[in-house]
Amino acid sequence: MISSSKVFHNRRKSKLEAQEALTGWLFILPAIIGLSIFIYGAVIYSLGISFTEWDLLTPAIWIGFSNYSKIFTDQTFLQCLYNTIFFVIVMVPFGIIFSMAMAIALNYPIKGLSFFRAAFYMPSITSTIAIGMVWLWILNPDQGILNAILRGIGITNPPRWLESVVWAKPALAIMRLWQVSGYYMIMYLAGLQSIPTELYEAADMDGAGFWQKTRYITIPMLSNTTFFVMIMLIIESFNIFEAIYVMTEGSPGGSTNTLLYYIYTEAFQSYRMGYAASLAWVLFMILFVLTMIQFMIRRKSEQENA
Amino acid sequence: MRKKTTSKTIGLYIILIFVAIIMIYPFIWAITASFKTSAQLYGGNPLELIPRPFTFQNYIDAWTMLPFYRFLLNSAVLSIIVPAVSILLSSMAAYSFARLRFKGRDAVFLMLLAVMMMPGHITLIPNYVLMRMLGWINEYIALIIPPIFGASLVFNIFFMRQYFLGMPKELEESAIIDGCSRLGIWWKIVMPNAGPAIATIAIISFKNEWNTFLWPNVVINDYLKMPIQVGLSYFKSNVSSNWGMLMAGTSLAIIPLIAIFLIFQRYFISGMLTSGLTGK
Repeated sequence: MISSSKVFHNRRKSKLEAQEALTGWLFILPAIIGLSIFIYGAVIYSLGISFTEWDLLTPAIWIGFSNYSKIFTDQTFLQCLYNTIFFVIVMVPFGIIFSMAMAIALNYPIKGLSFFRAAFYMPSITSTIAIGMVWLWILNPDQGILNAILRGIGITNPPRWLESVVWAKPALAIMRLWQVSGYYMIMYLAGLQSIPTELYEAADMDGAGFWQKTRYITIPMLSNTTFFVMIMLIIESFNIFEAIYVMTEGSPGGSTNTLLYYIYTEAFQSYRMGYAASLAWVLFMILFVLTMIQFMIRRKSEQENA
Repeated sequence: MRKKTTSKTIGLYIILIFVAIIMIYPFIWAITASFKTSAQLYGGNPLELIPRPFTFQNYIDAWTMLPFYRFLLNSAVLSIIVPAVSILLSSMAAYSFARLRFKGRDAVFLMLLAVMMMPGHITLIPNYVLMRMLGWINEYIALIIPPIFGASLVFNIFFMRQYFLGMPKELEESAIIDGCSRLGIWWKIVMPNAGPAIATIAIISFKNEWNTFLWPNVVINDYLKMPIQVGLSYFKSNVSSNWGMLMAGTSLAIIPLIAIFLIFQRYFISGMLTSGLTGK
């Protein structure tokens, strides 16, 4: 008797399990099908395209690794890489300093906190295309407000910013820093909130000043956030596209060209799909390594917080 | 002692106000400039903010030159459709990942994880080729289907799954005993209780859709079908450096989003913190 009811029970259970499995699959299916086409399939397809020479009008020609071997002697590619490294070197330290300083300042219980937070954060939600046009005008050497201010404080010959090979990159870095710092500030604010207040209370008792507390408590306790922000800023530097599109188109003399912009022009202006796809894969590989590092840090800090 | 604290607070305020001015000034400058006459824009002091005289001429000129209402309408519709479908699909999948047990679930979930490591640009060229094959170039559908199935869908699945895992199971249990189907439970019990998560995703996806540029710029050439950022960039290539008109167009592209940001600030910030990479 017992065994037969158990068999019945098991059969019923397995029927329920089968039903649950079917429901489970049906629920994820729409998302999985779409992603299989537009992400997984596309990624594989792009790898295929990267081994061809293809202008979209004539049939693609399989050329093996030729695109890839060409990349590392391609002057434009190397220049893009150099430009990106410049952006990384400028944006990482300044981005970290600005966003951390803003977060520390906003971590005090002051009046108007939500106003300041909104003000600092606003540039990062605005479209780069739109705000890029505003900066195009700000940076205009003759009619722009930046040079008007510089002349006002006595600099008679201010830089020609986006028209100058020397100043175009710094100008873009300033614009991007202005735009993204508020976003990282929010990351730092969250990091600051997780520092135990007892640490500061103990430091107060020892008579530590603001700088000492910042140096010996705040900055070390924020190191996870800082690492995360650093990786994000590096990825950010590699991904500069819209600002270039609307402000410089890579000029003067390719001094502001970035990999993403180069991929775009190769694919959609020169119609060299194969070469553009291989460039995209090289950029993918670079970003993949960076994302992996960032992801592991994130996992680690999440485990520590849990 | 007290005096020292006060002077420190004042110092802090001075710094904060200075930074706030730097952050907000470009917005105010652009918006006020859009109401200035060209005489003031080119002859006047660039530091002067107040338009005198005040004019709508830049907006009228921009509006008659290109159909900005179409750009805005296209973006408004897309910024609602794409997030709405994404929320439906992602919450359904997320519910399955959070609550249902089935073979292969964890493997599929890991596969989704891999998407988070793929930069968006890698799918740009193959998806463009696909659009050409399907005849979707210059069609609205190209602005709807591929953007729905982007990395953001995966982020939304993760986000919703996390939220569902934190929801008490008791909510669903009585419905299961009553014989309610899983679809019914998801729609009638789980979704109504996921308000904050849905709001966060909705607001971040709305922002991303409103600001989207690269993909629509590649697949749409017909200006009647352009979303606002693409329309604005097209407008720029037509007016070159007529700053009054450009700032009118720019204001049209940023003011709707700023208004939404100021209303739903809380969701923006919680969304940014959790979504990490999606916040571009």
